Amino acid sequence: MALRIIVILAALMGVTGSPTTTVRPETSSVDTAAHPNSIPETAEETGQNEVFSEEEAAEDVMATGELNPNHYPAQRAAKVVQHYLTTRYGSPYRLFGLQRVHSGNAEDVGDSGRKYQLEIAVHEIISNTTQKCSAEVFFPHGQKQESPQVQASCEELLNISTKAQEEALYQQYKMNQTLISAQNLPDSHGHIEPDTKPLWHLGIVASSFIMLKESNENTLYNMAQVANITQLATENDQLKFDCHTLLHDMVSQEILHWKLLFTWSPAEGVKVLQMEQLPHCHHCEKPPNTN
Amino acid sequence: MLNSVGLSFMLLLSAVGAAIVERVGYDYSKYHPMPEITSWMTQMEKDYPGVVSIVDYGKSYEGRTISLLKIGLNTGEKKKAIWMDCGIHAREWIAPAFCQYFVSQILQSYKTDTIMEQMMKDMDFYVTPVLNVDGYIYSWKDNTTRLWRKNRSPGPPGCDCYGTDLNRNFEANWGTIGVSFDCCSQTYCGTKPKSEPETQSVMNFLASRKDDFLCFLTIHSYSQLLLIPFGHPDFTATNYDELMTVGLGASDAIRKVHGMEYAVGTSPAILYPNSGSSRDWARMQGIPLSYTFELRDNGTFGFELPEDQIKPTCEEAYSGALHIITYAHDKTFNGAVVTAAATLWTVLLAVGVTGANLI
Repeated sequence: MALRIIVILAALMGVTGSPTTTVRPETSSVDTAAHPNSIPETAEETGQNEVFSEEEAAEDVMATGELNPNHYPAQRAAKVVQHYLTTRYGSPYRLFGLQRVHSGNAEDVGDSGRKYQLEIAVHEIISNTTQKCSAEVFFPHGQKQESPQVQASCEELLNISTKAQEEALYQQYKMNQTLISAQNLPDSHGHIEPDTKPLWHLGIVASSFIMLKESNENTLYNMAQVANITQLATENDQLKFDCHTLLHDMVSQEILHWKLLFTWSPAEGVKVLQMEQLPHCHHCEKPPNTN
Repeated sequence: MLNSVGLSFMLLLSAVGAAIVERVGYDYSKYHPMPEITSWMTQMEKDYPGVVSIVDYGKSYEGRTISLLKIGLNTGEKKKAIWMDCGIHAREWIAPAFCQYFVSQILQSYKTDTIMEQMMKDMDFYVTPVLNVDGYIYSWKDNTTRLWRKNRSPGPPGCDCYGTDLNRNFEANWGTIGVSFDCCSQTYCGTKPKSEPETQSVMNFLASRKDDFLCFLTIHSYSQLLLIPFGHPDFTATNYDELMTVGLGASDAIRKVHGMEYAVGTSPAILYPNSGSSRDWARMQGIPLSYTFELRDNGTFGFELPEDQIKPTCEEAYSGALHIITYAHDKTFNGAVVTAAATLWTVLLAVGVTGANLI
């Protein structure tokens, strides 16, 4: 009898032991993207400096069917929709952010690329309103970078009228005796002077053309900063601007420098005339007095 | 009589004056350059003797001291601990701002909040406000350096660029994925694991103490995410379920503060695969609850988060961090109390039954 008590006691003690267990990802109710079949490759094997072959293998497994809306494939595709909407509908008084991905689906289109279907919530930043959009993003799989193709339909994207403010700004800039210019938007502390905000917004819209064009399934672009934006002489009733913009690619963590020439008017929106990537000066980042 | 009234009045005025001067403190809603953060650390040690002490635990490449604040109510015994580091990436200024806020919050709340007081008695908090000191200082230099990420060690011979990504330099599947061997790249992982003095500082400090640590929180920006180990898609943490559950709890706590969404998951699932991260290394050392916090925002301002967002970001992140810390504490301490109580009752019952039999 006493022995039985001791055994029961021992069993009870054992049950309150270590909480760590090995969990097989497939059995957990929470989503996981573990891919036990893929094998990591070293840099030497891939023969390149960037090691993201693992990611491509992961994407192949995730390629078709329903996507987890919080996982990166749907998120990256949705970000492209944000850039697309900004290029089409953006203005100094209308800017978009990606609020949330509700659902996503992806499928291969033969060898030509991959098509994503998304239900997303888009945030109009200036009016602070959110609305739903359905979108389709096609990423072509060519040898070199090709712009993704986007179709989107949103409920009432242009519901809030910005016509009056745009017209007022347009007239103000058109009449400028001295052409306006600004640097470092935002500044190091995230600050933007109120009278330069419209320039920051214009810089974002124009930069979105680049971000859209440069996007693929291995990038995630956001604005880092408008380093410089300068008004040029008005041409054909279009305000004209020269802009040096800094883009941040989340995946590589690189800051990309681009130069842009673009026009804007309330009637025509933003139109990019020229865009050019600038090489980044590495030796500029060395401390002074180094050989 | 008038003299004594006048004297009392003067005394009252000087007391009030002194109180006001003391209240004019550090502004936690502004970004602070390194010298101000260093003075603040010294001030914290002064203001909270016996509770806060500065520990110098390493040197940066450029020879600067890397320091942390050790915070806890001294019980004289070897204690369990919580690790938090900020600013491993120079440009993520909101992270050091959060570390400073976190310290001020726990020091304020333990005096009135018995739960926090108990946690401070049971555990020590080790908070490094700025890990990548050289990089942080460099990012304050001028407009062209603001977006610097790495440390400031020179590249290998023949390299034209500076800096190693410290969060790819830890000994955790080093150099396998999500890194670059191009020394000019933002994710350059260094010449070998632990090649950087900043990485060595953390690894050396924690190596001998790893059994004490319940929790490892490393603070970054931006993207509004809580990332759990591991960065390599082929490796799953043995306590994956626990990490997810606690992480989701933290995300709920964050949402309750200002409505902001922070997604939870492994890095390869929700962001990108990576290797050599401090979070992964900490988990591999056996520290069970290891998280990367990616704070605000979602890309509108990115690294250059406006100062009017510092306070709300810190408030929500504090809520999230506290959720994880409280879980870690309760699992270790309250859990033991429950087990002890259960064991005691069981023993009493057994004795009672045995006693009855003996009769």
